[in-house]
Order: sequence, then C-alpha cells, then structure tokens
Amino acid sequence: MSAVETLRPASPSRARRAWTFVRRLPLTGQIGILILLFWAVTLLTVQFWPLVDPLMMAGRRLQPPSADHWLGTDALGRDVLSRTLHGSTYTIPVALMVVVSAVVIGSALGAAAGYLGGWTDAVIMRAADVTLSFPPILLAMTVAATLGPGLPNAGLAMVIVWWPIYARLMRAQVLEVRTREHVEAAIAGGAGRGRVLVVHILPLCWTPTLINATMDFGQVALLAASLSFIGLGAVPPSPEWGSMISEGAAKFYSWWIAFGPGMAILSVVLATAFLGDGLRDVLDRRGPK
Amino acid sequence: MSAAPLLEIRDLRAAFPGPHGPVEAVRGIDLMLDAGEVLGVVGESGSGKSVAMMALLQLLPPSAIVSGSARFKGRELVGMPRGEIRQILGQEIGCIFQDPLSAFNPVLTIGDQILEAIRLHDRKISTQDAKRRVLDLLASVSIPQPDRRVDQYPHEFSGGMRQRAMIAMALANNPSLLIADEPTTALDVTVQAQILDLLRQLAAERGIGMVLITHDLGVVAGMARDIAVMYGGRVVETGTADDIFYDTCHPYTRGLIAAMPRLEKITEKLVSIEGTPPSIFDRPAGCSFAPRCKLALPDCRATDPSLRPVHRTSVACLRAEEIVAGTQGAVRAEFEKGAL
Repeated sequence: MSAVETLRPASPSRARRAWTFVRRLPLTGQIGILILLFWAVTLLTVQFWPLVDPLMMAGRRLQPPSADHWLGTDALGRDVLSRTLHGSTYTIPVALMVVVSAVVIGSALGAAAGYLGGWTDAVIMRAADVTLSFPPILLAMTVAATLGPGLPNAGLAMVIVWWPIYARLMRAQVLEVRTREHVEAAIAGGAGRGRVLVVHILPLCWTPTLINATMDFGQVALLAASLSFIGLGAVPPSPEWGSMISEGAAKFYSWWIAFGPGMAILSVVLATAFLGDGLRDVLDRRGPK
Repeated sequence: MSAAPLLEIRDLRAAFPGPHGPVEAVRGIDLMLDAGEVLGVVGESGSGKSVAMMALLQLLPPSAIVSGSARFKGRELVGMPRGEIRQILGQEIGCIFQDPLSAFNPVLTIGDQILEAIRLHDRKISTQDAKRRVLDLLASVSIPQPDRRVDQYPHEFSGGMRQRAMIAMALANNPSLLIADEPTTALDVTVQAQILDLLRQLAAERGIGMVLITHDLGVVAGMARDIAVMYGGRVVETGTADDIFYDTCHPYTRGLIAAMPRLEKITEKLVSIEGTPPSIFDRPAGCSFAPRCKLALPDCRATDPSLRPVHRTSVACLRAEEIVAGTQGAVRAEFEKGAL
C-alpha cells in the first residue's frame, strides 16, 4: 500500500503499542509480566551466570543457607540456589511446549468440530469428554507411567490431558462467531467454506484461548513438577523443581532444600494467574471484573 | 420489456423443520424484476421478505427446505450447486445488509475487506490495480478521503459511512443485481435519505436491478417502480408504486398506507393496524390477514385467496372488488367511519 500509506498518519510502532498494552494491565498483571520476564531471562542466560555447577558437590552436605550457599546445600552437597535457577531450563520450556501443543491441537480439533458439525463434531467432542472425565493428574500419571519416565514423555502425557480444554473453548467460540452477520455477508459475497473459517471466524476466536493458555501455563508447570515429584518426569540428577522438592521431602528437617524450587514454582503459577486475570480484564470485556 | 427478466421468482417456498413437521416461512411467492429496475418488497417483521431473498441466494441454514424456482438471467438458482452459486454471489449479485457494523469483519480494515471481495472473483488482478479499484469504489460512494479511510477499521466509521462502504463492497465486481435488505433501517433519518439517494443514483448509472427489502413504505415510495407487499409469507398485493399508493385495494396495504405519518395531518393521532402478524407455527386457516382485518367475512377464514388482477393491481383478497367500489355493506360502513 505504498501510495496509500504515505498519506496515512504514522501509526505507532509495534513496541510502542505493546508498551501501551502493558500499561493498561492491572498492577497484578504487570507484576506477573515482571516475574515471567525474570524467568525468561534466567532460563536463557543461566549458563553464563557465576554459579557453581548444579550437578557437582559444592560444599558440605545439608548446610543451611549461608553467605557461601544462599539457599543452602542438599543431601549431596549441591548448591540449592544454583540448582533452582538451572531448574527453570527444565520446567518452563516443557510447560511452554505443552501449552503450545495443546492449544494448537485442541484449537484445530475444536474449530473443526464447531464449524463442520455433524459426526465430526460428535466424534471429536466425545473424545474430549472421555479425556476430561479422568482426573487430570491421574490420567497424566497413567500415560507417563506407561511411556516410561523422562520429561518428553511427561510432556506428551500432559498434552493428552490438556487438549480437550482448548477444543471446547474453540468450539464454543466458533459456534458463536459463525452465526454473526459478517460471516453471512462473507458467504453472500461468494467466499468458500475454508476462507470463511480462516478469514472471518478464527481471527475472532482467540481471546478466550489466549487468556486460558496464560493461566494454564502455571498449572502445567505445576503438573510437570508433580510428575517429577513422583518420579515420572525429570530423571535425577537433573535439577528439576519437582524432583528437587521430592528430595527435600525426604530430608524434611532440612527445609531449605525444598524452599528454593517451591518458591520458584509458586512464583511461576502466581505470575501466570496474575497475567491471565489481567489479560481477561483488558481483552474480554464481557466477563466479570 | 422484450428481453427475459433479470430475476424471475415463481412459487418460491422456504420451510424450516419445526417440532411438529416443517414450518413454512415463505409460502409460494412470485416476483419479477427487469434489468435496471427497482423492486420494493414491503412487509412487517416476520412476513418472510428477508427469508425469501436468503432462500434464493442459498444463505439459509442447510436444514431449510427451499422449493420453487428463481431464475437469474435464465439460470435456475434454487438447487444450484454451492460451487456454482459462489461464482454468482458477490460477482453478479451483490448484497447489502441491514446492520453495516455487524456485516463487516471487525478485525479487518474496510479496504482489506473490499480488496478481498474483488480478489475473490478476480484472482488475476494485480495488487496495485485492486487497490486502485478499492479507492475508486470508496470515492464513488462519496466517502471523503478514501485514501485514509481505506486503512481504517469498521468501528472507526460512522453508521452512514459504514453503509456507504457496504454499498461499495456490494458493487465491487459490478453486479447486475443488488439485493438490499433493509439498507437504511439502522440509520437515522437524514442519513437514510442520503443513502437512498446514493443507491438510486448508482443503480441508475450502472443499470443495476435492485430488490429493496424494507418495512418502510416511505423508503420504497421514491425508489421502486414496482412494489410487492408481503404478509404471512405470501405476496398479498403487487403493482407499480403509483398504483399501490393511490389505488390499492388490499385491506393490509391500505392499513400500511394509513399508518404512515403525514406532515399535513400532524395533529391527528398515529394510526396503527391492530393485532400482530400470525406466528408461523400457528397460521390461521384461510387468509392470514383475516384475524386483523376489519372487513373479514366468514369466507375469509375458510379460503386463502390467491393473487388476481383487480382494478390496477394484483390482489389476494376476496373482497377486493368491493373495496374498489367502496360502496357495499360492511365495507361502506367502515369507509364512513373513516377506518379505511
């Protein structure tokens, strides 16, 4: 649109628009963003930080927090602070991958169910109902135990548990949006079925999914840690938060072993809940404040 | 009048599945439109006027049962395969909807949506040409500063501007038929007049045939050559606009005309037709207007009259001749009371 764009008043840059958006979020949402940013930076750069090796003995066993070891040492004398910060490179990418996969798979199936209807709808949504009828941790445990321990398998198990939520969300959105007049107008203009779905329906369906995915991110991180806690996720000696808490539980009177990873999980879950709530306040004006 | 009509509808019916068998919303209508002319379809909400148009464009939900015939340039639209009618929709037939805000996709700019309308039917057009055409179209519907407006979203347009943009989109591929479903209902009166002027001018310039659906007789008065009045899913009276306004002989049409507020009678109370239109689930036997008609005879509740030429229009009313004469029995009494 070169000829056109020159006549248009300069539109604010992408970064500027993002900043305006952040400023519209409630304080809790902004705190959530800060915490998540901290973890994002940590997980990308932690290997360059001046920390002791998370897998090597760094001092005496079971030392309480001190100037040398801010969060103490664990049963094998490893530095808990270093392990906690390194733990972000396990839990967060897994949670991210699980949420993204679940959103992609669930939304695609849900959109197909809502748009095509009929037996496609029936098959997909009954499959979703069956999946949702199991308690999530139980189903994830069963799948993970069947596939064998390890983070990738735990991730797969969690995607299987999580996709139906997004399928339902997307289906409900598509069913609502497809009856709007602009969809009818598009059909009256001669647009084909695929085009109507992709151009005129789906772009209006993302808000609830985005909000839910943000909130679920913390929940998925928690479930990943839970699976590791019971030995179905990360394999020792990886400094994964869930397995670290599990080690801490075995040495209950050395409370500092579980404190670091526990706070880490808490901060991630809380941050995503804050951010998700904030996003809902800004994006979804229909919902209760 | 020698050539075949642009649009010829014969015995068009549309029914929806109901709890106790199919429910007919359109019960056999006949309409005809010549190229370059305007046909006004008038009726209250629920009279079946919009459903009839959506039926012939195959825009009803798949559960709807459509029968009869609707020939557009000699091609039968009823039962035409989806792939074929897609070539006609937006290309040879343009549609204008009642609420231009909800008829636009809120997440695309106006320009992108018109661009898409062009691209959909002309895949070979270059981006440059298509964009130029969008600007031309916006200019042709008198949108000021089209080069700025083209990049704005529907919510940045006012109601009247939005409807202009909708008209531009409907005209994007130079259709020969325009179906305008209550194009001015969502607009305030001054804007309404501008939009009607614009439609009239564009239709005349480009020789477009137009079906103008409305519940407002005032809207069709200055626009349409022919008018069809619908009630209860049927056409109850058709004729030229003048004949409908000055020589109507259907009690319903008379009621509609009497109900129009007039400047010269400003002190009088507004007139209304008593009662409500029949529910399509519970249609009365006989003439569907009979329950509200002051002239109804027992016969009217038994037989449903079909259209026949009476005086200057075609009327579906058993007592049309008497109404024309205006002299006999109950009809005369009603005239004297000033009810008609």
